[in-house]
Amino acid sequence: MQKSLHIDPGKCTGCLQCESACSLENEGLFNPSKSRVKVFTFHDEGRFVPYTCTQCDEAWCMQACPVDAIVINAETGSKDVLEDVCVGCKVCTIACPFGTINYNTDSGKVTKCDLCGGDPACVDACPTDAITYVDANATGLDKMRAWASKTDNAS
Amino acid sequence: MSWTRKLLRVNLTAGTVTEEALNMNWANDYLGQRGLATRYLVEEMDPAADALSPENKLIMATGPLTGTSASTGGRYSVICKSPLTNAIACSNSGGFFGAELKFAGWDMVIFEGKAASPMYLSIENDKATLLPANDLWGKSVWEADKIMRTKHQDPQARIACVGRSAEEGCLYAAVVNDLHRAAGRSGVGTVMASKNLKAVIVRGTLGLGGIHDPKAFAETTKAGKAVLAENAVTGQGLPAYGTQVLMNVINEVGALPTRNMREVQFEGAANVSAEAMAEPRKSDGKPNLTTNGACYSCTIACGRISTVDRTHFSVKDKPEYWINSGGLEYEAAWALGPDTGVDDIDALTYVNFLCNEDGLDPISFGSTVAAAMELFETGAISTAQTDGVELKFGSAEALCWAAEVTAKGEGFGKDLGLGSKRLCEKYGQPQFSMTVKGQEFPAYDPRGIQGIGLAYATSNRGACHLRGYTIASEILGIPEKTDPLESAGKAGLVKAFQDATAAVDSAGLCVFTTFAWGMDDIAPQVDAACEGNWSTEKMMEVGERIWNLEREFNAKAGITGADDTLPDRLLSLPANVGPAAGKVNELDKMLPEYYSARGWNADGSVSAETHQKFGLPG
Repeated sequence: MQKSLHIDPGKCTGCLQCESACSLENEGLFNPSKSRVKVFTFHDEGRFVPYTCTQCDEAWCMQACPVDAIVINAETGSKDVLEDVCVGCKVCTIACPFGTINYNTDSGKVTKCDLCGGDPACVDACPTDAITYVDANATGLDKMRAWASKTDNAS
Repeated sequence: MSWTRKLLRVNLTAGTVTEEALNMNWANDYLGQRGLATRYLVEEMDPAADALSPENKLIMATGPLTGTSASTGGRYSVICKSPLTNAIACSNSGGFFGAELKFAGWDMVIFEGKAASPMYLSIENDKATLLPANDLWGKSVWEADKIMRTKHQDPQARIACVGRSAEEGCLYAAVVNDLHRAAGRSGVGTVMASKNLKAVIVRGTLGLGGIHDPKAFAETTKAGKAVLAENAVTGQGLPAYGTQVLMNVINEVGALPTRNMREVQFEGAANVSAEAMAEPRKSDGKPNLTTNGACYSCTIACGRISTVDRTHFSVKDKPEYWINSGGLEYEAAWALGPDTGVDDIDALTYVNFLCNEDGLDPISFGSTVAAAMELFETGAISTAQTDGVELKFGSAEALCWAAEVTAKGEGFGKDLGLGSKRLCEKYGQPQFSMTVKGQEFPAYDPRGIQGIGLAYATSNRGACHLRGYTIASEILGIPEKTDPLESAGKAGLVKAFQDATAAVDSAGLCVFTTFAWGMDDIAPQVDAACEGNWSTEKMMEVGERIWNLEREFNAKAGITGADDTLPDRLLSLPANVGPAAGKVNELDKMLPEYYSARGWNADGSVSAETHQKFGLPG
């Protein structure tokens, strides 16, 4: 069963545990600036929204890469950057409509979410289940359940 | 190691910014943040110096766990001598500023001297620059934040800033970071402004590494988070209701100080409680509370994000306040509400916004307004002083007006900015000031909760609940229940809470974790992060060392055991109603026992033996 990250902004408190965990997993440091998942705080609206790569099937980044440095991980379905192939041209960062693949000035390569190979650190770190890793065919299950509970069969 | 082992020294007189190695011997004795910064302060300044002179220093300090993934590991403190109390000031704040400082590579920043004209400090990793702040001076924190963001074009930078109240000399001005988190108490913002320092903007992309034992750290922090999640207070009560969960609880036990602490129960408490914040209002069907929000790394998320009713008189013509921002926490709600007799939740939320916008400590501000209302009631002040405003208990209009003029330092706002002690002295009624060492009380009446009275009286920064939160034991039964009306045995309890809190603060963690965590939960996290042996015993020893060091700073500043007291109202005017009816605070019974438990002399001075035992300087 293929899984995908599912984000429920309504549950996010903006604590950045996900950014902390992501940077530790991928960079070996607590460094939110290098996290592949970002939490956006909309202060005036009182909202916190985590955001990261959704692993498009027809991934724009992958299509745009001139050296085939972005490949599909057969096991997880994630689009992974091959660091030793990436030449740091950044064309993928232009192609991606969502901004979720970014250049890292330290490595000279691009980085993006790779689902941590199937065990996403952000999911493990999130204290409120705002980010979950669920059946890719039923990411709407929780929402369906919530609405289902409001459906009155008796009337 | 978890410390970055670097500090930034900013000499505002000379305009220089230099890097220094952190004194690791001191870090081993004082851990970080509160403790370590106090050690630096003791070394570098004369405690007898005028708090608003260039001789005072101001230190922004993180702890070793600040910036890590330990739950609540995002705290920093601002340490200096206080202009409100003339004692040590150490005000702790959450938000994201402290962690960012760490990611930029700095454990602390020491500001010394005074700039010739307004400046702000910009930190981008190892590049730190003093920049002119003429365009920021005279602006609120919220306005200055916008200007700096436009100038630096960096939405991810974190900002700590002082408001107009600090510039105008209000003695309880806060340093506000991330728009609505504050190093709130004792006038640390006033000191910052006195140095002509408006703000610090920081961006850190270096990150934090060097965890001593990464595997143990991952395990112990994960276990710690599970404890917080499973605990009723930190897992359910605080996220759902915030600290405001206490409003009805404390009112019921008859310890909710009301109308300048004359009474101990407030008839309007339910109207300004957590439950009221969740009630949909008539105008738009929305509740006051929008959601809860967390500080960096915090898995509790007690923060309130709120709105003011747009149809409320305070904001109906001010669309700039039709936003979400930091909402009412218990202490602020109490000081602005029950203590002034106002039960209008929108007025309280609006005033809380103003306190954040211009950096007023809402506890000191609300308590000072309460004192002013009593002065007004007794005729010591009149509408001649208040620009025609009827400054009466229970008047939401008067409260909102008072906040507006104090935030800007205008008219009677200058008097309110003196704090309750100086205000009451100025108008010849010092007995109306509900303060210890010049600092206003927080939201627990020491007649109905005996131990907290001793904690207030002996707190190193003046009246304060966060120096030894015995409410946990006396009301909530954490770690074990003690009788709030009983003074026996409270000396040891207060000491234990004071020492533990000093250690928790110094680690860079939030004291709210201690509703669920004991030192046995905390020490392993520190031990995994830091080199050296950080056992429970060592943490308690470090906490006690810090407490004694702060006490010695105060002694050198001229504060003695005679200042370990409470206002006469709490020692001789019995509680009027509720479970504590007929009780006064029995400080005289607790204090000698406390001094003895501390190993101090009978006059409250630190004994030579205790000084030596903890290896204190000087």
